Amino acid sequence: MNIWLVLFIGGLITFGFRFSLIYLFGRFEIPDMMRRALHYVPPAVLSAIIFPELFLHEGALSLAITNTRLVAGLIAIAAAWISRNTLITILVGMAALLLLQWL
Amino acid sequence: MNEAKKEFWNGVRAEIPLLVGVFPFGMIYGALALEAGLSVLASQLMSSIVFAGSSQFITAQLVHDAAPGFVIVLTIAVVNLRHMLYSASLAPYLKNLSPRWKVLLSYLLTDEAYAPSILKYETEGAKPFSHWFLLGAGFSLWFTWQVSTALGVFLGAEIPDDLPLDFALPITFIAMIVPVLRKSPMIAAALSAGVTALLAYHLPFKLGLILAAFVGIAVGTVLEGRKTQGGTP
Repeated sequence: MNIWLVLFIGGLITFGFRFSLIYLFGRFEIPDMMRRALHYVPPAVLSAIIFPELFLHEGALSLAITNTRLVAGLIAIAAAWISRNTLITILVGMAALLLLQWL
Repeated sequence: MNEAKKEFWNGVRAEIPLLVGVFPFGMIYGALALEAGLSVLASQLMSSIVFAGSSQFITAQLVHDAAPGFVIVLTIAVVNLRHMLYSASLAPYLKNLSPRWKVLLSYLLTDEAYAPSILKYETEGAKPFSHWFLLGAGFSLWFTWQVSTALGVFLGAEIPDDLPLDFALPITFIAMIVPVLRKSPMIAAALSAGVTALLAYHLPFKLGLILAAFVGIAVGTVLEGRKTQGGTP
């Protein structure tokens, strides 16, 4: 699919969600189950992206200490846990990866 | 009109602390989208066409991974579904506005515009000019997002190619997610989604990502349900 088509449809869907209940006010309520499920979207989607980036090396599981991205990722997780700051986490994680690749 | 103007600027003022946090984020997005292989124009215009931070980062990652278009669209939909909650929560306060206002305010309804606006509506209720506050908050965020994206795209082009910058995207996701992992259903959702993503990695069309997301969402939801019903957590 063309990237512009992807952006256009993605944008339309996003707008649709934002407009949906403002438009449908009084005619539709969000079920409790869905309300609850929505809280778990960020941890689920983001972890599903993060794990393969850290644990897979050229498509195969790599738990070795030589897997620099895994080690740097774990250091970034520690930095995020302690600092709770996006910028610090990115800087620490990138610095760790550069250092490990250089070693 | 004076009252409208005043509310608009009240909205802008309430948004300023959030803008400080959003600005570097927009710059990072701009630089990484370019690095992920999107064109300058696509990187920039995604910020106004989609206009939803985390889904834009994820789209950049998926473009970098050469995921097919329908998987990217599906992922954007899952990630942005939460905006229905904001829509539901603001709907009663906006019900008397014209359709044009509803469309405009819906377009501007991001996490960051929602937060100060719902606080205002809940403390004051809907007054004749309250929607100008939401417009002020939403527009100032929109403007900041466009400018910071542009600056990021501009600076991103200057970053040397031998830096492993593609790794900055997963690290950004780590920075977004680790601080919210406090309760056990959240942690279980993240771990189960992550492990499923590893097991399902070789599914065609990057569908492992979608599958993993649904497994994580289901695990978190079920565990929370058991907790609130007084069962063993």
